[in-house]
This record gives sequence, C-alpha cells and structure tokens, in this order.
Amino acid sequence: MDALVFEGVSHAYDDVTAVASVDLRVAEGEVVCLLGPSGCGKTTLLRIAAGLEEPQAGRVIINGREASRPGALLPPEARGVGMVFQDYALFPHLSVAGNVAFGLGGSSAARRAAALEMLERVGMAEHAGRYPHVLSGGEQQRVALARALAPKPGLLLLDEPFSGLDIRLRDRVRDETLELLEAEGISTLLVTHDPEEAMYMADRIAVMRAGRILQQGPPDEVYRAPGDVFIATFLSDVNRFHGTAEGGAVASPFGPLAADGIADGERVDVLIRPEALRIAKGAAERAVAATVVAVHPLGHSSIVDLRLDGDGRAVRARLPGPTAPEPGARISVVLDSSQVFVFPCDAPKSLK
Amino acid sequence: MSVAIPSPRPRGITDLLGRLRPSGWTFAAASIAALVSVPVLVVLGSVFAPAGEVWRHLAETVLATYVANSLWLMLGVGTGTLLIGVGVAWLVTMCRFPGRRVFEWALLLPFAVPTYVVAYTYGALFEFAGPLQSALREAFGWGRGDYWFPEVRSLGGAAAMMSLVLYPYVYLLARAAFLEQSVCVIEISRTLGRGPWRSFSDVALPLARPAIVAGVALALMEALSDFGAVEHLAVPTFTTGIFRTWFGLGDATAAAQLSAFLMLFILVLVLFERSARGRRRFHHTSRRYRALPRYRLRGRRAAAAFLACFVPVFLGFLLPGGQLLAWTVETAGAVVDARFLGLVANSMLLAAAAAALAVAVALVLAYGLRLRPGPVIGLSARLASLGYAAPGSVIAVGVLLPLAWLDNRIDASMQAVFGVSTGLVLSGTLVALMFAYLVRFLAVSFNTVEASLGKVTPTMDGAARTLGLGPAATLARVHAPLISGGLLTAAILVFVDVMKELPATLIMRPFNFNTLAVRAFELASDEQLAEAAPAALAIVAAGVVPVVLLTAVIARSRPGRQAI
Repeated sequence: MDALVFEGVSHAYDDVTAVASVDLRVAEGEVVCLLGPSGCGKTTLLRIAAGLEEPQAGRVIINGREASRPGALLPPEARGVGMVFQDYALFPHLSVAGNVAFGLGGSSAARRAAALEMLERVGMAEHAGRYPHVLSGGEQQRVALARALAPKPGLLLLDEPFSGLDIRLRDRVRDETLELLEAEGISTLLVTHDPEEAMYMADRIAVMRAGRILQQGPPDEVYRAPGDVFIATFLSDVNRFHGTAEGGAVASPFGPLAADGIADGERVDVLIRPEALRIAKGAAERAVAATVVAVHPLGHSSIVDLRLDGDGRAVRARLPGPTAPEPGARISVVLDSSQVFVFPCDAPKSLK
Repeated sequence: MSVAIPSPRPRGITDLLGRLRPSGWTFAAASIAALVSVPVLVVLGSVFAPAGEVWRHLAETVLATYVANSLWLMLGVGTGTLLIGVGVAWLVTMCRFPGRRVFEWALLLPFAVPTYVVAYTYGALFEFAGPLQSALREAFGWGRGDYWFPEVRSLGGAAAMMSLVLYPYVYLLARAAFLEQSVCVIEISRTLGRGPWRSFSDVALPLARPAIVAGVALALMEALSDFGAVEHLAVPTFTTGIFRTWFGLGDATAAAQLSAFLMLFILVLVLFERSARGRRRFHHTSRRYRALPRYRLRGRRAAAAFLACFVPVFLGFLLPGGQLLAWTVETAGAVVDARFLGLVANSMLLAAAAAALAVAVALVLAYGLRLRPGPVIGLSARLASLGYAAPGSVIAVGVLLPLAWLDNRIDASMQAVFGVSTGLVLSGTLVALMFAYLVRFLAVSFNTVEASLGKVTPTMDGAARTLGLGPAATLARVHAPLISGGLLTAAILVFVDVMKELPATLIMRPFNFNTLAVRAFELASDEQLAEAAPAALAIVAAGVVPVVLLTAVIARSRPGRQAI
C-alpha cells in the first residue's frame, strides 16, 4: 500500500494556480523529494498532504485512507502525518521534552518516557529540559524531527528541513536524518530547492515547475536523462547552444550530436554539462583545440573557461582536481556525449 | 522495516463532513458580531422612524447648537491635540535634552485622567471663587469686573481641557510612526542634501502623516463621546442632548435619532482613521533599523524643549491629579467609609467581569478569523469593532431600545399565558450593562488579542494540528499560553476603560447600584467637588496602569529589537 497518493490534485490561491493536476505516489518506506525552484508549488503540495490546505480538485490518499476529495477534508490532526517545518515551529513555551511529548497520548509518565526515548535517538536526550530559544539551529532541527516522529506517523513531511542550517552543519544533519529515516523505515515526502540535496536524500525525485510535476524517477535516472531543458538546467550548470536538426543530428564544434526523433530543420537547444568536457590525452578522435581563458579552482574540481578554435565559441568545463591548465594555455578537449542533451527549442509545453 | 501505521480513530471521511471545516468558529464569530452590532444598527435605523413632536421641537431649538458646538469642539480639540501631540512626539523622538527619557512615558500620563475629571478640577480652579482668581484679586486688590479672566465654563474651555488629556492619542501614534521608520529614509534624505530638521519635516513627518491623522481622529471620537465634561461645563452637545431627551423629555425615539446624528459625525471620523491606517503600509520599505540620529540640545534650546514637554504633563496630569489629591486629603475622613468601599468593589467587579467577557469573546473572534479568514468572518470582526467608535450614551440608547422591546414582549406573553406581569427582566440589570460594555469595548480587546495572535507564526498551528490536536485544543494548548501576556494586556485595557466609563453606566445601571464614576458625577453635579475627589482619584490611579503597560509595549515595538 502506498503511504501517500495524489490523484489529479489542483490548488489555487485566489486566482493564482499553485498546484495543477498533480499525480504522485510515495511508496511505503520510500523517500521522495519534491524538487523545484521557489514558488513552484512544492510546499503547497506538502501542505495539502498535511491537510493544512484544501485542494480544489483531486484526491489525496494517505495509507489507504481517503484524506481529501472535493468538498471533504480530513483535518490534519486525524491524518497520522508528521511534519517538520522550514522554521521548525518549536513551541517556545514548552521545553524540548514538552515539545516532543506534545503529540503523544497516554499518561504523562508514558509520554515523557516516549519523548525521552525519541530524543535519545536523535542524540538530544541531555537537552530534554531546555527551551527552544537556547538551542542551536541543528539542535532545533533534531528536536523538530523527534517531535514529528514521536507519535509514530505513517508519513513524514519535511519542508526544506535543512535550509536554515549553515553548509557544514547541513551535511552532517542531512546524514543523521537520512540514517534515522532509514532506520525507522518511514515513508517521507521532502521538499527542497537544492538538486544536490534531492539527489542525496531521495529514492525518487519529482521535479516541479509552475505547479506541475515535469518528471519523476530515481535520482540517477533523472540526472542522466532529464526530460527537458528546464530540468537539465535546474539540475546542473550547462553550456547552452542553439542549432538546427538535420538528418537526426545537430552540428557542433565537436562534430554531429544525436538529435533523435527531431524533425529536419527544427531549431534545437543543445545542452552540454561542464563535466562532459575533458582534456584529450594524446591524439583523441574528434578532439577540439581550445585556449584557456580563465580558471577558477574549487578544490575538488576546477571551473575552466575555454574559447574553442574554429567558431571561437566560449564554453565552460569542469575538470576534476585542484590543478588545471594556466590561463592562455593551449589544450585540446573531447566531449562525453552521455552528458549532452538535445531538445527541440519550443516543443515541450513545460517551458512556457 | 515496515512502519506501524497509527490506528486512526474508526471514522470514515463522510462522518467527518460535518466537522471538517471549523465552521463552528465562523458561526460563533458571525453570531457574536451580529449580536454586538445590534445597538449601533438600531440607532442608525432610527432615522427611518417617523419624526415625532419632540424631534421637531429639538430640530427647531437646540439641534443647530449641538451641531455648532460639536463642530467647534472638534476644531478646537483637533488643533490642540495636533499641536501638542506632534510637537512633543517630535521633541522626544528626535532630540536629546534633560528629562527626555522620563517624558517619553510621562507624556502618556494625561491618558489616565478622564475628560470629566479634568473638567471638575479646572472648573473649580479657574472659577471666580476658585483659588487662582482669588489669589489674583488678593494680590492686585481687584474686585469683580475689574479684570478679564477666561471663562472656563465655555466651549473654548472645554476644547482646551479635552486637548490636555486627549493629546496622548496623537503623541502615541506619531511617536510610534517615527520610531517605526527605517533610518534609511532619513539617511538618504541627508545624502540628498537635506539638513536634519528638513529631513524630519520633509521625510519623517509626511511618512508619519497617516498615523497622525489616525491619532487626531481617535482624539476627536473621544471628544464627541464625552458626556461628563460638557455637562459640567454647560456646553450643550449631542451627548448631553441625548441624555436630556431621554430622561427629561422621555422620548426614546428622538434620543435615538439624535444618537444617529452623532454617529454620522463619528462614522466620518472612523472612515478618516481607517483610510489613514490603510496607508501606513508604505513604511516598511527597508528592513534596516537603528537608533534615529538624535540632536543634542543645549542651553536655552534644551530648556525650551523641557518646558514644551513639561507643560502638557503638568496641565494634563500633575495639576488635576494634585488638586484631586488635595481635595481627597481634605475629605477622605468623611467620604471614605463602608459605602465608598462598596463603590470601589462595585466598580472593580463590573470592570473585571466585563474584561473577562470581552477578552473571551475577542479570543473566539480573533481565532475564528485566523482559522478561516474569509469575507463573512472579516466583516463580522469589523462590525463587532464598530461599537468602540460609538459614544457610551449612544450605545446605552441602542441597547435599551431593543431590550425594552424584548421585555415588553416577554411581559405581554407572560401576562397572556400565566396572567402575571414580569416587568422588566433584562433592561436595568447588570446583564444589560455588561452587554453594553461588551459592545463598547470589544474592539479594544479584539485589537490586542488579534495583534498578539498575529505574532504566533502559522506554522505553530500546522505543527500542533499534524501532531493530532483539533482547533480548540490547539487554541488551549498552544496559542493561549503563548499570548497570555497579550490577553492580560487586553483585559487590563478593558478593565480601566470600564472603570472610567460614565454615560452608559449612568443610564443603564440597576436601580440603587452605583460605581465610582457615577458617584463622582453625582457629587460633581451638586458642586460637591471635594467630596467627589476620592472617587475621581481612584479612577485616575487605575488609569495609570495601562499607561505603564503602553510604555512597555512601545519600548518593545521597535523593529529590529528582539521581542520575545
């Protein structure tokens, strides 16, 4: 049984469409990331799952139970979902233990014991008596997570749960969270605008834009085969050219690139990821000579701006490692065609 | 690993249909609003009643005087509060001079003095036989008619006295507006070549104008609502006219029509105030805040600034307060007895009950609005707040008319069925008075409660709801503890307003039931001012409490300062 099912869910605030006929499933124990730019409707979708927004169309089914259909809404408190908000929303008038025990039933001793056990699991047991305002961002996040998980919800909803943390801390908290989610085996829907975070956390990614889900699938699949220009450019930096399809291919400085299924004469977008460009070792086939214009070392890799001989086109390459050629150096580059994407210029309606 | 799905209470979605939306809250809010708006609507509706003999008589004789007096009073109080309020707000916000920090809150003290109390003290101080004129005659050897002295029992005197205790409305809002402004706008003005004073007058003042307009409108509403002062100073206005028409001429309809006429004035002011507040939005264009650059005044300028701030505090609070204190010392032995303590108990019980009621009702209304913001509930909230603009005497008329009708219906049906006369079961009871207080002061508690609720982030609601609490439980376990301070503030504000309230209490109190305000009025009417002083002083003392509260609120209101 799926933990969460959206069927043709639509929602608008006044006249502004936030979610447009979305179909999405979260299988039991699965972590699904809703990925998209701000304002794409991903948080609205999460709030619909929590019962905090009432969709105008479609059905929401949580663990086999209909939670929402037009004209009927199961209130949030009856849904058995846990939610972590972007700002954590810890109750400032309750201690850490009081926050975690908030959603629990039973005697106060039992609630306290359960809260402490949950705090133990997130490594916050020694902070049980403290109040939210004295906690650091990472500690607050862990308490919020413990509070959401304590009532043993059938579905966990996370709204940008790491965005309030600084970058080093974020990596650690992300790891801890993922570990906990896996240990609990809890079905999770996570909202993020960070592709790297989505790739890292998700069993499956659903890319959203303007209220619609454009593509869903396992992270590597979405990364390897983005469905359109928007998805490809959202997931990573790209070099972007225009060209014209001719006999199932488009001409480029690197020779013809496959443009399968695109009619002759149609304008196409050619997207080349910076890591698709590599320095040719020796005399490689289809190598292109280029001049290094600028180098930006990032440590684990280097961004290298190049000017190609021939048409003098500027391209950006990402080369592994901190060492890169000096500006002005002459090199020759080859293209890894698996990281090249060709899309018809105006075909996909999602670009509008 | 599989997850144990929490056993949901066995309830299908169709069973939930009834309780899906928190429509109960909308319904409750709409009912409250409907009930609370009845008095104002009754009064406004009375213009459609056929004009009777008494109304024609009023229209021919005194109506023109009422209108003229009210207009002159508005002009006088408007000018007075504007000059004093903006002037002192400007000084304490923009300058540094000795005593500035004390004046910041001391300038609010005149708030504690009701208009009728200031009229009693000034009336006594400045009258022919009063201490001031006596001293002048003594010193210069003058006799009656040898010298000119301003007549305090006049329109001008009333306007001046009211300005002295109503300017804090303007001061409060103007100062808050100055403090709210980002220093960026002033800095930009400076970089564009305006000096400090011109930056203030060309940038800060126009930005604060909506707040100033709102403050003046509030002061004018108070001035129009006043009954005790104009009665004492013999300046006939609408409120005194309503009272006389009802009790002197015994014509309820004409009193209601007079009330409707007065409400017309008030509604114009409400519109002014609303639209002024609506325009306040443009303030927050920049999020950078820091202390406004204050100009240090020295020597003669510092002395002038000190004096400008001291005079309003002295005339609006210290002088009337001192006079009351002097009288109280003189008469306390004779006046403060068991009966007086009974008055204190009556006043405090009434005020406490009204405060609790107003806060509870406001909480239902504000939380309903938060749960389901929508046109119905939004309109309900606005309707329910309308009573604050209505003078106490107008509300008394608006409450008594429908209650008397209801009483007569009950009496008639009881007589028809059981043959017994029930008399008046509702009017003239504490229930009716309590309802009048609710109508009058709900807006005070509602605004405070709504503002504190607004500071609780909506994700708190979401967090509580996803953790399994319903709307009512969320209110009880999350919001109520979080905003307990706001609820207390609201209760205190209503408490003090009820303590001070005169006309509605005077008209609606049960037979033989007295409060401090009513007793002070009765004694002052008999010119027993010294005997009235202990009661008046008790009211002023209670009024100082919200001044202290307001000071604390303002200190915390500055954006950029962490308020917990």
